[in-house]
Amino acid sequence: MLPEQTSPRPLIKGGRQIEDQWLRHDDETAPAEGKAIVRLDVWLASDRRDSLAPWLPSDTELDAETIAALREAPLVAIDFPKFTDGRGYSVARVLRERHAFTGEIRALGDVLIDQLVYMKRCGFDAWSLREDQIVEDALNAFNAFSRHYQVSIDNPEPMFLRRQREACAHQPEPALA
Amino acid sequence: MYRYDNHDQTLVEERVEQFRDQMRRYLEGKISDEEFLPLRVQNGLYVQRYAPMLRIAIPYGMLASYQLRKLGEIAARYDRGYGHFTTRTNLQLNWPKLEDVPDILAELATVQMHAIQTSGNDIRNTTTDQFSGIAGDEEVDPRPWCELIRQWSTFHPEFFYLPRKFKIAVTGASDDRAAIQVHDVGLRLWRDDAGEVRVKVLVGGGLGRTPMIGETICEDLPWQHLLTYLEAIVRVYNQFGRRDNKFKARIKILTKALGVDEMRRRVEEEWAHLKDGPQTLNQQAIDEMASHFVEPPRREIDASDIESYEALRRNNRAFARFVTNNVTDHKVSGYKAVTLSLKRSSQSPGDVTSEQMAAIADLADDYSFGELRVTHEQNLVLTDVAVDQIEELWHKLDELGLANPTVGTLADLICCPGGDYCALANAKSIPVAQAIQERFESLDFLYDLGPLDLNISGCMNACGHHHVGHIGILGVDKKGEEYYQISLGGSQGNEASLGKILGPSFFREDVPGVIDKVLQVYVGERQPDETFIDTYRRIGLKPFKEFVYAA
Repeated sequence: MLPEQTSPRPLIKGGRQIEDQWLRHDDETAPAEGKAIVRLDVWLASDRRDSLAPWLPSDTELDAETIAALREAPLVAIDFPKFTDGRGYSVARVLRERHAFTGEIRALGDVLIDQLVYMKRCGFDAWSLREDQIVEDALNAFNAFSRHYQVSIDNPEPMFLRRQREACAHQPEPALA
Repeated sequence: MYRYDNHDQTLVEERVEQFRDQMRRYLEGKISDEEFLPLRVQNGLYVQRYAPMLRIAIPYGMLASYQLRKLGEIAARYDRGYGHFTTRTNLQLNWPKLEDVPDILAELATVQMHAIQTSGNDIRNTTTDQFSGIAGDEEVDPRPWCELIRQWSTFHPEFFYLPRKFKIAVTGASDDRAAIQVHDVGLRLWRDDAGEVRVKVLVGGGLGRTPMIGETICEDLPWQHLLTYLEAIVRVYNQFGRRDNKFKARIKILTKALGVDEMRRRVEEEWAHLKDGPQTLNQQAIDEMASHFVEPPRREIDASDIESYEALRRNNRAFARFVTNNVTDHKVSGYKAVTLSLKRSSQSPGDVTSEQMAAIADLADDYSFGELRVTHEQNLVLTDVAVDQIEELWHKLDELGLANPTVGTLADLICCPGGDYCALANAKSIPVAQAIQERFESLDFLYDLGPLDLNISGCMNACGHHHVGHIGILGVDKKGEEYYQISLGGSQGNEASLGKILGPSFFREDVPGVIDKVLQVYVGERQPDETFIDTYRRIGLKPFKEFVYAA
């Protein structure tokens, strides 16, 4: 687990850096006031679920009760204890696709530039970058790919269906220069 | 073969630029070694014992002549003038410069090639039967399905950081030449009574440190659901595969721990949510993909030409040897598949020089419609050669040193790069291969032994597939010394089995002598028409062990 967060990290949302109002808080009790992202069990037990938000560990298995509660959360964060832990991608995707979760899903923890584009495709829409990451490079990294083979949160149409559609329209989109 | 459209081409070009930017940031010190590692290996770039190594993907082993020519050019320009074909049907360059790699990838993209996901904890290059599309025992041509899997798995955003690597093999023939039982997922395509394609799905096979035979998770998946079912398997693996120990992280360990029934339950539970979703395949998608793999414009071959070929075979002993070992029957009368042997003691197994690549590309154009296959036994195949051209082709191959009539024999051994190149290796493998090839050069002796798979790996990662060699050799390290462990009785194909260790390991210089003793036992014990593996299965390990270790 990463050290307790004491100051805001760069937050990316909506294609730009924005001010982060949420501090991560890993204690067994919620802070008395202010916005904070707390452990799931702390959040579930809390009486101010609107000004606190939960973070999920990467090995979370979501049950129906938790899902129902999460719908009321101001945002749901998913922790990357290490950038090579790929479980968070599946957690986000299942939240979006299976449970139709529409709120913010924020990546937290070891969040690095070169995984952002894949996180986005799996349903993340906010990223609390590790402190040493360069925001400008991060924003550029989202533009790596102009099209995709598979279905994902940002691409409801697999390539084989897109090709069929374009073949009907006789108007394939030109390759990017 | 599959030709890129604008979408495919754009994606590989965008990938090159993404990696170029990552390389720039790495060289500027903005990405640490540890954080650059997965980025580079997912683009095929290793940092090896003496130099970087670039592993270039050859999807399901299919290669066009213009691609092979380009590979030869790249090897000459950026490397030392040769490349190495691997057991995953990829091509490795052993000496590229790190900073040149984005340019090499850009060159590859000009011929619809790449190095995407040839390493890393992601879905790797899918492999298949080297005789797909031409084999007489084929029910379903696996190539369109392999390309669908290639596209589905390429840049799959959810599966870049799996617990460990993930390998899929596909066969559509009754004789499994793709080793589907020893892959993370093995797929057998077959047709039901209505003629519809169905898929038998195996899960949890693999070699490496803990070799296992895959178990059947689904017998008869309707083809429409192939991608959603695969996605369910990989998602279950992503979420539940072990991440605390890289030696226990493959899906085989998860499958073993859960049991195949529980694995199936979890996959089906996951699949229930994905089934009939947008990635469900439709007939048009299959037809469109199949249209890339059309029959080449073969000629009618006269019966008299076939007769001349057979007559030559009867009258010319050297030609007969070549045909018996290196020429394979074709579903179309008058055509044959010709295997080019990359096994000769003068070059490491699987190695090809730039000049040979250019020459082979020309032969593919002249004799086989400009296409080739790479086999997981590290040879090349021209799949569509007319019988009236085989003699001429044979002479040309002989001039290139590619006509060794030893395919399928002891001399056709599989061998990883080993300690001469690989940073993971415990021991060298190439000198062992060469010593064995030199000791057993006599063709008459090799033919007398019959079909025999000898596989060598320089460490237990098992790139040389030693577990499924009839004779397997594994390099091990004991207190800094290189030793070799020998196993017997492994087998790939329909009757897949894992070899058993003969006993204590040997010094390198003793290995050819030990192999000789093993062969003596076989020759002494065999019954008429019995192959090595048959004899082993009948008499077991004990007689071999007693003779080899007799004082």
